[in-house]
Amino acid sequence: MDIFDLLKGKPEDSDYMKKGVIVQGITGAYGSIHAKSMITDGTNIVAGVTPGKGGQKFEGVVPIYNTMQEAVNATNAKISIIFVPAKFFLSAAKEALEAGIKLLVAIPEHVPIRDTMITLELAEQKGAIVIGPNTPGIMIPELIKIGIMPVTPFKAGKIAVLSKSGTLLYEISDALTTAGFGQLITIGIGGDPVNGTRLIDAFEMIKDIPDLEGLVIVGEIGGDSEEILAQKIIDTGFNKPTVAYIAGRSAPKEKKMGHAGAIVMGTYGSAESKISMFNKANIPVAKRPTEVPVLLAGKM
Amino acid sequence: MRLLEFQAKELFREYGINLLDSKSSINIEEGRKHAKELGYPFVIKIQVPVGGRGKAGGIQMCQNDDEFELKYPQVMDLVIKGEKARAILLEKMADIKKELYLSLFLNRSKRCYTIIASSNGGVEIESVKNQIIKEVGLGNVTEEIAREVAKEMGLEGKTQDGFVDILKKLSKLTVEKEAELAEINPLAIMQDDSIIALDGKFVTDDNSNFRHEELQKYQEISEIEERAEKSGFSLVELDGNIAVVGNGAGLVMSTLDMLSDNGGKPACFLDVGGGATTESVYEALTLISKISKVKGILVNLYGGIVKTTVVAEAFLKAYENNLIDLPVFARLKGTESKKAKEMLQGSRTKIYDSVEEAINAAVMGIKN
Repeated sequence: MDIFDLLKGKPEDSDYMKKGVIVQGITGAYGSIHAKSMITDGTNIVAGVTPGKGGQKFEGVVPIYNTMQEAVNATNAKISIIFVPAKFFLSAAKEALEAGIKLLVAIPEHVPIRDTMITLELAEQKGAIVIGPNTPGIMIPELIKIGIMPVTPFKAGKIAVLSKSGTLLYEISDALTTAGFGQLITIGIGGDPVNGTRLIDAFEMIKDIPDLEGLVIVGEIGGDSEEILAQKIIDTGFNKPTVAYIAGRSAPKEKKMGHAGAIVMGTYGSAESKISMFNKANIPVAKRPTEVPVLLAGKM
Repeated sequence: MRLLEFQAKELFREYGINLLDSKSSINIEEGRKHAKELGYPFVIKIQVPVGGRGKAGGIQMCQNDDEFELKYPQVMDLVIKGEKARAILLEKMADIKKELYLSLFLNRSKRCYTIIASSNGGVEIESVKNQIIKEVGLGNVTEEIAREVAKEMGLEGKTQDGFVDILKKLSKLTVEKEAELAEINPLAIMQDDSIIALDGKFVTDDNSNFRHEELQKYQEISEIEERAEKSGFSLVELDGNIAVVGNGAGLVMSTLDMLSDNGGKPACFLDVGGGATTESVYEALTLISKISKVKGILVNLYGGIVKTTVVAEAFLKAYENNLIDLPVFARLKGTESKKAKEMLQGSRTKIYDSVEEAINAAVMGIKN
């Protein structure tokens, strides 16, 4: 499934450039704040789901349904964003995928790994993309935002930004925007050990887009997804300007640094391992966020 | 959470994995009682949540009362990679023929459990030779797969059966407790060809704690970490003297890195979560005020929609209530930053336009 087809649609579609999005957990404290913010920022929120609140309207406008199936039947939306508490994530995700959702953005933090893996197994069967969990979301700046990010740091452009961290995504996009590098798409991978869309999957989604003029990878300690991506970049001969940043160089071993996935075990997951693989792929690694646009300009 | 060896072994025992007799104690009086019950010789093993304890002298053989009286306190007083002893395990000596390696871990990139086994165990995993690696899905390891691994390791007869049995039991334990890692190293072949787990490492998924009340007794959390967790913060205590606070794990890690690059020494990592309110920042300052080694606070908040005046209020309140009397070096990205600077004029909190400036000022201002 092409991510841009999902996010933008095709010119012949009646909802081209205004794809409908369903918000699961729209009446919750967190869900309602971000549903409002997404609407303000121009995303076409077509329905919300909160069991027991079907028939009501969110902000007097957006219809609320009891189940995902009803919401999908009524709107034909293919995109959903989940805001429910972590322990209810699995049932919400199953409901969405069973109802035919093709792009699922999973915001909750602290989802058990087992629940994520069961969700991903089902998503694979259904041919759906999962972003997250523990992600800030995905956006095409100035077109569609499915997530919790502020829009001020972002500007439409031609650089793809793939990030494990939320606030670093904002920080680095801000620095890129200030330096004149707008963003074609930004994808939050999430800070969990297991990600629905891994760095390498996100790379596959964007690598062949003709408009793409550069790639920024924002990684952090833990796991080996940066190493795998670097190897992929070597293997595919991807030659657009690419810059990386890795957070957590100074973190102690065997300690979880905020994100469930950010932990170094032995040498597995260490910053040195990631940096050396990027170096091997001829990708410069910035020492601090503000250095990213400088290095990118150097590659242009 | 990461279980200590004796805790992992409690679970192993519950699942029928063969072990030597052992007893854990937290003081020498209790230890003396255990020494009598077990009988010499035995091994004294420090219980710390880090590896490398053998090299650090944390595992000592003990033949008699005199040695016990000498070595028990020595081992108890060790600090290994900054970790003090949580307990001491006394374990009977084993007559070993050969040491194997066995682990099951949650493979992040393959999204399934993976077995690593080797007939050359007893060393750190990085040095384990002839590793057999097998991806096994999300469920229990089957008899067929377990036997396949045993055969590949060159095990035969009774040892093959013993290994298959242990691997199946370890897999059941791993799946049921939602572990990220279950490791037995060494897994020993005894003189009589039986197989015994000599060590145990077990790491569970913290996010599944709510489904595992039976594991709560193993949760080790300091008072300050517990309070941080209640507020939805992540806190990791470190060795230095500058507390580092920010919103978002990536941003705080990044700030730690830049501080270290500039010669500063972080006292803690404190992530207050995505947003920042007067309450959350005040609570963060409250936590930091309880860490005595802190000489200054470096704050890095990035919020497109965060009002910096709201954060400034928290600092003013903290000084007013004598919660802190420390210099604060803050970079607050957000709205109304000019007004926030005015509010903090004359206080010990200085606001900087970039995180680099804040870090430089912190390093210059706090010399050990």
